Amino acid sequence: MTQVLAATIPDAITFVIAAAICVLGALGVVLARNPVHSALMLVMTLFGVAVLFVEEDAQFLAAVQVIVYAGAIVVLFLFVIMLLGVDQKEAIERDPLPAQRPVAIVVGILGLVEVLLLARGHWPTGARSVSGVIGSPAANVGLIGRSIFTTYLLAFEVTSALLVVAVVGAVVLARRPRHALGESAAATGAVVMPDDDPAAADGTEPDHAAAGTVENVSAGGERENGEPADSEVTAP
Amino acid sequence: MSISASWYLTLAAVLFTIGAIGLLIRRNVLVMFMCVELMLNAANLTFVTFARRLNDIAGQTAVFFVLVVAAAEVVVGLGIIVSIYRRRPGATADDIHGMKG
Repeated sequence: MTQVLAATIPDAITFVIAAAICVLGALGVVLARNPVHSALMLVMTLFGVAVLFVEEDAQFLAAVQVIVYAGAIVVLFLFVIMLLGVDQKEAIERDPLPAQRPVAIVVGILGLVEVLLLARGHWPTGARSVSGVIGSPAANVGLIGRSIFTTYLLAFEVTSALLVVAVVGAVVLARRPRHALGESAAATGAVVMPDDDPAAADGTEPDHAAAGTVENVSAGGERENGEPADSEVTAP
Repeated sequence: MSISASWYLTLAAVLFTIGAIGLLIRRNVLVMFMCVELMLNAANLTFVTFARRLNDIAGQTAVFFVLVVAAAEVVVGLGIIVSIYRRRPGATADDIHGMKG
């Protein structure tokens, strides 16, 4: 009995402290007026979750959590906040949709009660250790690596493709446009560069627009691009 | 003897709820994005808890993939936010209704 207590009490203390850090950080993310404070509170929650990962024999994930989340993702958030200069305080009191906040809180609490009932009630009856046992804490990295590179190899490869797509998408999105496109051109998605398509810039109908949809899109691009094409010529 | 899995699931549920409420009541797009990260972390905590409960390494592998997807999501989402803010500075989620039906 004393041995069980001696093993349980440090775990319990760790869990309580880490859980309190997590919940306080999460509340800080939601309630802080300044987005910079929200980002720092998010770091606090991520560290608490990392401590809980260690507590649950997931050492590799705890390290990755700190490195990737707290080290990369939150820094990315802070970069964007500083870059855009949106660190002014948000007026929480002003609410354009008055009923939204109480309804959101009520819906959230209802969901919480449901999930808590599930967490307290029945357990999944799935098979144990289907894709490998967790084993000793020292073997955690090796076991995860074996799992990723054997059972989940296809998912891992698809992940690499996903990262390439994300990088290309971020570059395309963050690139400063060479000419100020009008809002309607961006809304319709008809982004036709004037120098890429000289026929559209000249106002003549391009002959590759055979199908109806293609014709509509290129005609829209023509109409929207008349002004930017001129402005690009005059711009230095 | 460590903490029962129910406590971890309860904590994950609380974190998820805070994130969801924050996503619903905040108007700053960046803070809404951080709330999405909170919800992802709650899901990760659940995955790790069930991995330990069922003694199956696949739960931790799933968390690994969630981390990768979260990183990609943040990159693309912040790119979208930067382009929105470049077009109209100081925009909140209420101002972005260009695709409203």
